[in-house]
Amino acid sequence: MYFLSGFVFFLIGGIEALLIRMQLIVPNNGFMVGDTFNQLLTMHGTTMIFLAAMPMIFGLMNVIVPLQIGARDVAFPFMNALGFWLFFVGGLLLNISWLFGGAPDAGWTSYVQLALNQYSPGPGIDYYVLGLQISGIGSMMGAINFLVTIVNMRAPGMTFLRMPLFTWTTFVTSALILFAFPPLTVGLLLLMFDRLFGSHFFDATGGGDPLIWQHLFWIFGHPEVYIVILPAFGIMSEVIATFSKKRLFGYSSMVFATVLIGFLGFMVWVHHMFTVGLGPMSNAIFGIATMAIAVPTGIKVFNWLFTMWGGRIRFTTPMLFAVGFIPTFVIGGMTGVMLASPPADFQYQDSYFVVAHFHYVLIGGTVFGLFAGAYYWWPKMFGKKLNETLGRWHFWLFLIGFHMTFLVQHWLGLWGMPRRVFTYQPGYGLEWGNQLSTAGALLMGVSIIFFLVNIAVTARRGEAADADPWDGRTLEWAIPSPPPEYNFAQLPLVRELDALWYEKMNGKKGVEPAEPLGSIHMPSPSYLPILMSIGFFIAGFGFVMRAIPAAVLGLIMVFITMFMRSFEHDPGYHIEPEEIEATEKGAKA
Amino acid sequence: MSDHNQLSMAPEMPHHTETSTLEGKNKILGFWFFLGAETVLFACLFGTYLALRHSTMNNGPTSEELFSLPMVAIATLILLTSSLTSVLGILGMHRENLKSMLFWFGVTVLLGLAFLGLEIYEFIEYVHEGHTFTRNAFGSSFYTLVGTHGSHVLFGVIWITTLIYQGRKKGITKETAPKFYVASLYWHFIDVVWVFIFTVVYLLGMIS
Repeated sequence: MYFLSGFVFFLIGGIEALLIRMQLIVPNNGFMVGDTFNQLLTMHGTTMIFLAAMPMIFGLMNVIVPLQIGARDVAFPFMNALGFWLFFVGGLLLNISWLFGGAPDAGWTSYVQLALNQYSPGPGIDYYVLGLQISGIGSMMGAINFLVTIVNMRAPGMTFLRMPLFTWTTFVTSALILFAFPPLTVGLLLLMFDRLFGSHFFDATGGGDPLIWQHLFWIFGHPEVYIVILPAFGIMSEVIATFSKKRLFGYSSMVFATVLIGFLGFMVWVHHMFTVGLGPMSNAIFGIATMAIAVPTGIKVFNWLFTMWGGRIRFTTPMLFAVGFIPTFVIGGMTGVMLASPPADFQYQDSYFVVAHFHYVLIGGTVFGLFAGAYYWWPKMFGKKLNETLGRWHFWLFLIGFHMTFLVQHWLGLWGMPRRVFTYQPGYGLEWGNQLSTAGALLMGVSIIFFLVNIAVTARRGEAADADPWDGRTLEWAIPSPPPEYNFAQLPLVRELDALWYEKMNGKKGVEPAEPLGSIHMPSPSYLPILMSIGFFIAGFGFVMRAIPAAVLGLIMVFITMFMRSFEHDPGYHIEPEEIEATEKGAKA
Repeated sequence: MSDHNQLSMAPEMPHHTETSTLEGKNKILGFWFFLGAETVLFACLFGTYLALRHSTMNNGPTSEELFSLPMVAIATLILLTSSLTSVLGILGMHRENLKSMLFWFGVTVLLGLAFLGLEIYEFIEYVHEGHTFTRNAFGSSFYTLVGTHGSHVLFGVIWITTLIYQGRKKGITKETAPKFYVASLYWHFIDVVWVFIFTVVYLLGMIS
C-alpha cells in the first residue's frame, strides 16, 4: 500500500515536472506563469521527496526487511498501519491545497520571510506546514518500527554482519529519520506559530531570526538526502550481487561505508548555506566535511564494480537499472564535489547547475534504485514476474530521456540560467538547451507509460513466479511468492552471509528451520489507525482554514482513539500447524 | 548475577515482567528510540531559545526582571521527587505488589499536577508583567520551550492516570507491566529535560 500510493504521488509529481518543462520550452512563454508556476515548483519538490520517494522506499522496506532477516512481521504492526495512514492523510492534505485556496508556493525549502504571512498570505504554506507535520509523524513511527524489528527480531544465527545490505541500509536510514525529523518537526511548529498565532521566531521586527529556519530545515534536509539515497544503495547491492552470481565484494566495507555516510550526513548541513555569510572558517569546515562523503561513496562504487568483475552477469531489467545507475550517480557525485567548494558554490548557487546536480543524484540514485527494486522484488511481492521486453523499453527510454533532460542543465546553469524562474528572454542562447531538456522530460514520461503498461499486462496474464525466480541469495527467496501472511512457517537457521545461497551451494534445497512447526500467533486487524489519522486530518484542515474549533475537535478525536488503543485488549489469533501445512503445500503445487 | 538470570528465565515467575515477552521487549526498545528523537526535538527548541533569549524588543521585560528563583526551585524539587516516586512504583511492580505500585504512581500523578499548577501560576504572573507569547521573540521562544515541556508533563499525567485505571482492572500482567515501565521511562525523561530548562532558562537567565 505504501508502495502503490507512493507511486501515485510519483505520477502526480511527474506531471507537475512535465508542466514545468512545458512552460520553459520557449522564451517568454505564457502557459503557466507567476503564482501557478511557483506552486507547481514547490509541489513538485515536496511531492517527490516526501510523498513519492520516501513512501516507495518504506513500502519496499516493509515487505522485504522482515523477509530478509527471517522475521514473521515488523515489531509493531499497529504502528505500521498508523504510520501509513498518517503519511497518506498528510499527502492528501498537501494535495487538496490545489482545490481549496491554492498550493504552497515558497519552494520545497519554504524559506522565511517568503513563507510568512506578509509574503504568502494565502493558506498555501499552512497546507505545507500541516501536511508535512502529519506525514512526518508517520515517517517517525516507521523508522522506530524498522529499528526495533531489526534489533530484536532477527532469526537465529542472523548476526549483524550476516544481514543483507538492504536491511543494513534500512537500519541506518531509520536511524537518520529518527534524528533528522525532530528538527523538521520543530521548524514546522515554529513556522505554524508564526503564521497562525502571531509569534516572532523568524520575523525580524519582533526580534526573530530567519536563519533559525534555515538551520533547522537543513539539519533535517541534508540527512533527508541520505534517507532517500541509502536504501537505493542497498537495493543496488542486492541486485548486483544476485545477477553477477557473486558474493558482494567487500561486504564489511560496504556496511562501514553505509554507517559512515549516515554519520557524515549530519555533519554537512551548512553547505546549503555557504552564501548566507557565516564566515570563511565555517564554510571551509563544512566544505571539507562535505567532500569527505565522497570517500565512503567511492568505496561503494568500486565495490559494485568489483562485484561485477569476473561474475556471470545476467542483464535482466533490474540489473540494467543497477548498471545504468553507476555512471549516472557518479556524475551526480562529481558535481556534488564541485559544489562542495565554497568559492565555486558562490558561482553555482541557485543556478540550473544545482538543479542538474540534485536530479542526477536523486533520479540517478533513488529513482533508478526504486525501479531496480520494483522489478527485482515484484515477483516476491505479487507472485508474477514483470515483462522483460517492456522493462527494457522502460529502462532505455528512461535512461536516454533522463540524460537529455538534465545533462544540458549543467551548461544552462553555467550560462547563467537561475533556478526557480518561470521564463527567460530570447537571444541569450538558452533556447535550445531548454528545448532539449523538455524533450528529454517527455521521453521520461513515455517510459513511465511503458512501466504502467507492464504492470497492467503482468496483472492480466503474467507468468506466475516460483519462490526463487532469480536464483537469489538472501532469505526472502526461500519462501513462496507472494509470501504467506506469517512469512516463515518455521523460523530459518542462518549460518552464513547470503543464507539461502550458502545452503544451495551445500546441496540443500532451502534453509534449515530453527524451530519445530507450531502454531503462529497473529495480531488482529484494527480500524483505529484510520480513525486516528482522520482525526489528524480534521485537525490539520481546521488549522489551515483557521477554524480552531474544528482543529480542536480533530485533536480530541486523536486522543480518544489513543485511549481506545490503550484499553484495547488484542489477543490476536493463532494459525494452527495443520493450516500452515495446507498453505505451504498449496504454494508449492 | 547468575541467579538473577535464572530468576528471569523461570517461566512461572519472571523477575522482570516487563521484558518477559517479545512484545514487551519491543515496546521498551522502541520507546528508547522514541526518547532519542524527543531529545533531538528538545535540543532544537533549546537552540532556538538560546538564539532568541535576548530579543526583548517592543518593551518586553528581560529574563532578569522576570524570573524568581525560589518558586522555580520548588517546582524543580516537586518534579524531581516525582521521579523518585515513579521509581518506587516500578520497584513495587518488580515485587509483584500491585497496591504499592499503584500508590506510588498515584503520588507521581499528584506531584505532576502540583508542578503544572505552579507553572500555570508562573505563566499568568509573567503575562501580567507584559511577557507574552506575541510580544517579542524572547516571549515566543520561552513559552514554546517551557510550554512544550509542560504539555509533556500534562500528557504524562493523563497517561499514567489511565494506566492506574488499567492496573486496577487487570493487575500486573505481561501486558500491563511494559506499559508502566515505559511510562516511568517517559516520566524520567521529562524530569531530565526540566533539569536542563532549570539550568539553561532560569539559572542562565538570572545571571545574564
